[in-house]
Amino acid sequence: MRTSRALRPLAESLATVALGLVAGAVLIWAFGHPPGAAYRALVLGAFGTWEDLLETLAFATPLMLTALTFAVGVRGGLFNIGAEGQMYLGAVGATFVAGMVPMPAWVHLAAATLAGMAAGAVWALIPAALKAWRGAHEVISTIMCNWIALHLSMYLAINLLAEPGRAERTVPALPTARYPVLSEDSTLTAVVFVAVGFALLVYAYLWGTRAGYELRLAGENPDAARYAGVRPQRVVVLTFVIGGLAAGLAGASQVIGRPPAWSLYATLGNVTTLGFDGIGVALVGRNHPIGGILGAVLFGALAQGGRLMEYEVGVLSELVRALNGIIVFAMAVPELWSLIRRRFLRP
Amino acid sequence: MSTVPSGAMGRYRWLWWLAAAATVAATGRSLERVGLPPVSLVETGLLAMTPLALAAVGECLNEKAGLVNIGLEAIFMVAATVGVWCAELGRSGYVGLAGGALTGAVMGLGLGAVSVYGRADQVIAGMGLNVFALGFVPFLLISLWAFPGIHVFPNELMIPRIPTPVGQVSPVTVAAVLAAVLAHLLLHRTVLGFRIRAVGERPEAVDVAGLRVDRLRLLTATLGGTLAGLGGAFLPLGWFGALVKEISAGRGFIALACVVFAGLEPLVALGAALLFGLADGVASAVAVTPGLKERVPFYFVSMIPYVVTLAVVAVVIGGRRFPSTVGRPYARE
Repeated sequence: MRTSRALRPLAESLATVALGLVAGAVLIWAFGHPPGAAYRALVLGAFGTWEDLLETLAFATPLMLTALTFAVGVRGGLFNIGAEGQMYLGAVGATFVAGMVPMPAWVHLAAATLAGMAAGAVWALIPAALKAWRGAHEVISTIMCNWIALHLSMYLAINLLAEPGRAERTVPALPTARYPVLSEDSTLTAVVFVAVGFALLVYAYLWGTRAGYELRLAGENPDAARYAGVRPQRVVVLTFVIGGLAAGLAGASQVIGRPPAWSLYATLGNVTTLGFDGIGVALVGRNHPIGGILGAVLFGALAQGGRLMEYEVGVLSELVRALNGIIVFAMAVPELWSLIRRRFLRP
Repeated sequence: MSTVPSGAMGRYRWLWWLAAAATVAATGRSLERVGLPPVSLVETGLLAMTPLALAAVGECLNEKAGLVNIGLEAIFMVAATVGVWCAELGRSGYVGLAGGALTGAVMGLGLGAVSVYGRADQVIAGMGLNVFALGFVPFLLISLWAFPGIHVFPNELMIPRIPTPVGQVSPVTVAAVLAAVLAHLLLHRTVLGFRIRAVGERPEAVDVAGLRVDRLRLLTATLGGTLAGLGGAFLPLGWFGALVKEISAGRGFIALACVVFAGLEPLVALGAALLFGLADGVASAVAVTPGLKERVPFYFVSMIPYVVTLAVVAVVIGGRRFPSTVGRPYARE
């Protein structure tokens, strides 16, 4: 049995997701629920009706962006797991401009979006500078920045962006700074087009420009890149900034592009863990911007379908995130697939 | 982990230690001035040091043998949860510690096995564990105790602390110090330790000498997981007295920073863990001291351990040499 070369990554990604779902079925069964009924509810909840499908896309929107953060990092040779914190500050930046700085209609929307992206990029500059000029390992520095960002964002949400009398959330985005809702029956807004557009833009940049080529070369073969005259510091900063822009946009999308709250919760509850979820999305999408869009739809379906699974079968939707981790774990093992190919796919 | 060319840090290491000691002493004095007894600072510092030291010492051994485990955070979280569950089943905090250590051993062994036999990308596999724990621990909390996010267990399950001149010290803290000393002796005074170091530097030579590369690495992976699991179970049972879903709050990564800071030397890692533990102690001291807590917002106090870690990672990382094969799977030619 021979799969064509182009289809192999896709097949491997799908097989890994299937493996994650099997492991999840074992967990569901171990905690006393029927796996068949649970997965039936999961699929129905994600794709059963037109509204469910739109809601799946609404969940996919931030994920394709945080996946982009991780994917660009890998392309540039970095393990950037700082999307989480950059996303918090993106949400704060967008909330500030959208909720507290009145502007004319379309200008306001653009300004709030850009403010979120800029805030994410600025936060990404900290691990970028530490990596480029101090050689600090980005795994540790980005995680530390995530935790600092969590406390900083909660402080800002409660002190700077608070709405009097509403302790549980910040000021809402003014109507001039809200992305139009695409369908009254779902929370999908036009921000999904901005997210897809940004992913395509990054794709064009990485594969169509000289700077993008240098970034990928530095990630693929740092020695070759250095001999070719690519400055490693420049690549590190560029990689982090693109990632920060994407993560910041992800945070902004949950404030100015997601009803009904149109604001940031004081606990950051409507954005937390979206950054870490992006890692699995990126890996399933083979660290490619377009693969990330497809991966995001898949994980968005898990998130949306997980709600019906919890409602109908009683399997907690937290399990979906555990599934995500199992998928990441399995994606790390290249030998798994050559092993399976050798054992089962040879005639 | 990152290999940075040797800098001034290596040669003048004692100067840094002097500076660190002076900083700690100065902090202690200034805290005394605002009305906080340094004993409680040391007490919290030692409690906070314990999980960091246990995980860091284990990870030193693991990285010496050429493996990397960035899933320490996940081991902390899962071992804490399973540890409390075991403690309630066995009606003893010590059963809980054992359960946590066993959980860590299984997770360490699992990660070691995919790294050694599956030739996995160890950083991605470790991160997979972390993402898994992020969902699995809240799931376990509701499944086991039918309440989201937090579980308070009976107080008699807490590991009793020993009164000493520097405050109430947990026996697990003593175990952590012992673990660091034993790991140091193991690495530098025994044949097994020599083999562990050799397998990180020249796995092919170890292989040609007729020793099993895979078994040595599985051993350190399991040992590292066990120590991290003990540290994870200590968090609720020896320190907090309750279980929350984000119980480890980045400590797994702070332990990794200790390992990098220590250049894989267990005794230095113990010192680093104490330094980061004291930062934690200062944070909780500031949060409860009258006169100070009103002036510094709680959110900024909570940042202290992370800012200190970031600063240390930024300033002190140069001059560390890592085994030549760290993070890379070994394949026979």
